[in-house]
Amino acid sequence: MGKLIIIIMSTVLVNNFVLARIIGICPFLGVSKKTETAVGMGMAVIFVITLAASVTWTLFTYILAPLNITYMQTIVFILVIAVLVQFVEMVIMKTSPALYQALGIYLPLITTNCCVLAVSVITVQLSYTFIETVVFALGTSVGFTLALILFAGIRERLSLSEIPKSFEGTAIALITAGLLSLAFLGFSGLVK
Amino acid sequence: MSVLNDFLNGFWNENPVFRLVLGMCATMAITTQAINGIGMGLAATFVLVCSNFVVSVMRKIIPEKVRLAVFIVVIATFVTIVDLVMEGFFYEIHKALGVFIPLIVVNCIIIARAEAFASKYPVINSIADGLGMGLGFTISITVLGMIRELLGNGTIFGITIFSKSYQAFLLALIPGGAFIALGLLLGMMNKINEKLGYKG
Repeated sequence: MGKLIIIIMSTVLVNNFVLARIIGICPFLGVSKKTETAVGMGMAVIFVITLAASVTWTLFTYILAPLNITYMQTIVFILVIAVLVQFVEMVIMKTSPALYQALGIYLPLITTNCCVLAVSVITVQLSYTFIETVVFALGTSVGFTLALILFAGIRERLSLSEIPKSFEGTAIALITAGLLSLAFLGFSGLVK
Repeated sequence: MSVLNDFLNGFWNENPVFRLVLGMCATMAITTQAINGIGMGLAATFVLVCSNFVVSVMRKIIPEKVRLAVFIVVIATFVTIVDLVMEGFFYEIHKALGVFIPLIVVNCIIIARAEAFASKYPVINSIADGLGMGLGFTISITVLGMIRELLGNGTIFGITIFSKSYQAFLLALIPGGAFIALGLLLGMMNKINEKLGYKG
């Protein structure tokens, strides 16, 4: 139990994927212009990452490892993720049109979100158990969502302020993200 | 001439890092040292050239609807090759780049060039485009790596530039510093382009 709590604290705050490990920057910069879209994207990411990590972990442990073909992991993982995202999209569309309305447009984007693949690869590398993998995936995606929503809030304010012309757009967004990352550095003593 | 143009395109006009703002994760995460930039850049260049070549050769056979899935499988195959080769021959760099090697699969530059260029143009142009984009990417991240290594460590490629008395500027090496350094570089590129556009 203690280890699980440490994994959560570590992935959400200390080793936040976006701000400390710099993984998943494209959606972080791309869908952070409005808080609403950031929330939608965040929810979709939490759902997909947790699901994808459990599926890839199971595949790796029970199929790739016994057959000694672990070198296939990159290809297998990315295919699983792509198929899974499509499948989730279809299921949500059939079962819950309301949820589809909210998450629909974000789902295809998630295939190319490096967070998803990174979580799958890292959990296998660290030889986590199934429960640890799920908790790690959950923590990571919550951390991603937290960073995304915070950043979207700042960018909304930023869009109203005056910025030197050559720094408009991505340049100022990156510097802002840098400051946010520095702020998250304050959590680093939390987990050893 | 147009092949040359396709090649040169990636260096400035459509530089993947500074102009298209693609492949940000790899750009910022591994550039704590200049040598990592070269390793990452060349690995991505190899994948980019090979995937552009294969996609371009097969562009008339691949059905429209499943093209993205096909691109991903092609790219993942080459990434696996790079991963295994680097682990065998360049173990140190492989260890430094870590999880970012498998992550080349989802590096947006590669799939973007497959979709936007290789699936539409002949083989020669596609290879030129892949090479240009890849080298443009390599140079950009190596420059970023040099700046961060110099400020954070006083060295470039492990060669001491600032003497021992240099107080290391730690900010340059931590993730926050990566964001800020890239932001400043982007702003500078925009300024230069503004000036160039103003003249021409």
